[in-house]
Amino acid sequence: IMLKGMTRLVSRVHKAKHGEQHVGQHYNISIQELKTVFPHGLPPRFVMQVKTFNEACLMVRKPALELLHYLKNTNFAHPAVRYVLYGEKGTGKTLSLCHIIHFCAKQDWLILHIPDAHLWVKNCRDLLQSTYNKQRFDQPLEASIWLKNFKTANERFLSQIKVQDKYVWNKRESTEKGSPLAEVVEQGIMRVRNATDAVGIVLKELKRQSSLGVFRLLVAVDGVNALWGRTTLKREDKSPITPEELALIYNLRKMVKNDWQGGAIVLTVSQTGSLFKPRKAYLPQELLGKEGFDTLDPFIPILVSNYNPKEFEGCIQYYLENNWLQHEKAHTEEGKKELLFLSNRNPGLLERLCAYL
Amino acid sequence: MAGHAPCSAPLPGSLADPAPICAGAVCRPCPIALRPAPPAPNMAAPSVSCGAAVPYRLFLAGRVSFAREQGLWKAAASGLQTGTRCQILRLKHSPAVTTKKNVAALRRESYTVDFIKKQIEEFNIGKRHLANMMGEDPETFTQEDVDRAITYLFPSGLFEKRARPIMKHPEEIFPKQRAVQWGEDGRPFHFLFYTGKQSYYSLMHEAYGKVLHAEERQDQLRAKGLFSEKSKSKDPIGSRWLIKEELEEMLVEKLSDQDYAQFIRLLERLSALPCDAAEEEFVGRFRRTVTVQSKKHLIEPLQYDEQGMAFSTGQGKRKTANAEAVVYGHGSGKIEINGVDYLLYFPVTQDREQLMFPFHFLDRLGKHDVTCTVSGGGRSSQAGAIRLAMSRALCSFITEDEVEWMRQAGLLTTDPRVRERKKPGQEGARRKFTWKKR
Repeated sequence: IMLKGMTRLVSRVHKAKHGEQHVGQHYNISIQELKTVFPHGLPPRFVMQVKTFNEACLMVRKPALELLHYLKNTNFAHPAVRYVLYGEKGTGKTLSLCHIIHFCAKQDWLILHIPDAHLWVKNCRDLLQSTYNKQRFDQPLEASIWLKNFKTANERFLSQIKVQDKYVWNKRESTEKGSPLAEVVEQGIMRVRNATDAVGIVLKELKRQSSLGVFRLLVAVDGVNALWGRTTLKREDKSPITPEELALIYNLRKMVKNDWQGGAIVLTVSQTGSLFKPRKAYLPQELLGKEGFDTLDPFIPILVSNYNPKEFEGCIQYYLENNWLQHEKAHTEEGKKELLFLSNRNPGLLERLCAYL
Repeated sequence: MAGHAPCSAPLPGSLADPAPICAGAVCRPCPIALRPAPPAPNMAAPSVSCGAAVPYRLFLAGRVSFAREQGLWKAAASGLQTGTRCQILRLKHSPAVTTKKNVAALRRESYTVDFIKKQIEEFNIGKRHLANMMGEDPETFTQEDVDRAITYLFPSGLFEKRARPIMKHPEEIFPKQRAVQWGEDGRPFHFLFYTGKQSYYSLMHEAYGKVLHAEERQDQLRAKGLFSEKSKSKDPIGSRWLIKEELEEMLVEKLSDQDYAQFIRLLERLSALPCDAAEEEFVGRFRRTVTVQSKKHLIEPLQYDEQGMAFSTGQGKRKTANAEAVVYGHGSGKIEINGVDYLLYFPVTQDREQLMFPFHFLDRLGKHDVTCTVSGGGRSSQAGAIRLAMSRALCSFITEDEVEWMRQAGLLTTDPRVRERKKPGQEGARRKFTWKKR
């Protein structure tokens, strides 16, 4: 039986009221919300932890707080601002992104969350030639999965937003102008062949309509450096494909350009899933490459670093409370110092280390 | 050096070579059984009759004169027989090549004084040549310089240090042998010769005499009332009794364990009594110092850089990886390797645990900052090398006791394990090819 309630040392704070003094403390997300807001997008280890502890707790950290502050003060009349979270491996970029997403979801924004752009540029089994544009390639599987998750995340918006163009899928099916976006999404899920095009349509519509001010749009892409790197996919004649030739990537690039208003773009660059990038690269310039950097150029970089001592303490306390650290020395000062040294306060490493204890 | 056949003519004038202890010719006189060279070889009379015709090459007792008169029979005519068993009719020719392998002779190879002298001269001349070759002054060329020169000129990769080429004084190379213990008339010099272990028993006799003497003196003192308890001042000082091998080497004869134990017991008894200077000196001959200092290596003093921060350097090696570490006092536990944080440089936890070990051992986990450079080797050996370098650098910051604990924990020792070479005829260093029955 876990200790619940007031005896908890780690306090849970209401997320809207996050402030500077809450750094290092965890806040709770109920499982219900988790299913709605994050059908995809949480790192797999975190999902396992959630399953183990039966609750989802994110730590409040400075980079996230900074971003939240900016988001709260955004002027929606201006073009969307781009924020790039960068940092070494395992410092918590993805989880910070999830924090932002959760906040925005609570504030009733429309979340456009691509969990990992790297998944779209590698290991694709079936590439079809795009129906819309002969030069490009479709990825039906990935697109349909994403559409499913998108639907779960943003159910309530899909019925409200109306499509402003007529789209003909094939001889028999078409979507009329003015029909809800849900139909497009349904079409994409049913007809896997048109899934990629459905995604393209969704992105275009959302971009167009968020400028109108009906809703606020948050574009969150994890691993955005995949959009401008190389892919491991090849055509039938074994010649490599550049990312532009993938329809999904092409549309996403359009999304990430800041030529629309009424929302914000939060991006993460990560080396972990990246292709052909050295292990030690973590700066946006290195990971995005020249092209990507130029495209994204006016952006606000936010460094996500290892835990500071307070956060580290908080994390250890959280594990101890959930009886996760079984080693007898884990409670003692020396144990903590050892963990500190071994993980050098890197959250990912700490989590992996504690998994053994 | 001529091996000699232990043959002895059964003729009366023969100088039978007794089997056991002393082989005939000798290089160095035994310290205890030291006997001055007897005057003239023609002491004993009826030597000449004994088969001088046979050109035996008998190398006899450590006298140059004998060596000169090799072929002739010597005057030890009164027939030395150790046992009454005469070696009758063991007239053996000893040509240069024997068909039968003479194991006994090979075991007791004896060296003439001449031979040894020649070796010493050759060694000295060689030393001068070597000094010349190395460009150093022949006059002041010490044995250490010789060793260094030899390791330079003949580099050997053999792991066994004793198998490597050496150039040492012949005294250290040729084993000590005893002089012949009997004179020309065959009578042994030492009165305890027939005990078999003359030097050992004479030593025991001497020691016991001293014990009796000391006890007598003690009784006298007690009678006079001037007896005072003597405080043992010898043992706590780092010294130990000779070990059996050392005693054997000193006496140049074999001892048994019981003999050795008896001797040590006697010496202990002697040292327990009030001794005077002569006895102390006697006992001192059988003690060796145990140097604790030799285990400790030099502790470097702390250095201070511009800001006044104390730091210290150390070097470490492990299996072709070389590392140099600079440990600063008053840090926060950051470690930087080749300009990269240790978390990035060693993604494997095992390597980071190796780095953690010295600090964790001394309970100084978050207190020092380290900057180090490392090259060569692989992941694991680089970690080991850095660990060694860090421990050595840390020595300047901690007390002597802690240094000793670190040494005992193995933090300060270079790991001697190196990759073993692959041998021909085998697949690897140890692995042999698959054995096929047919």
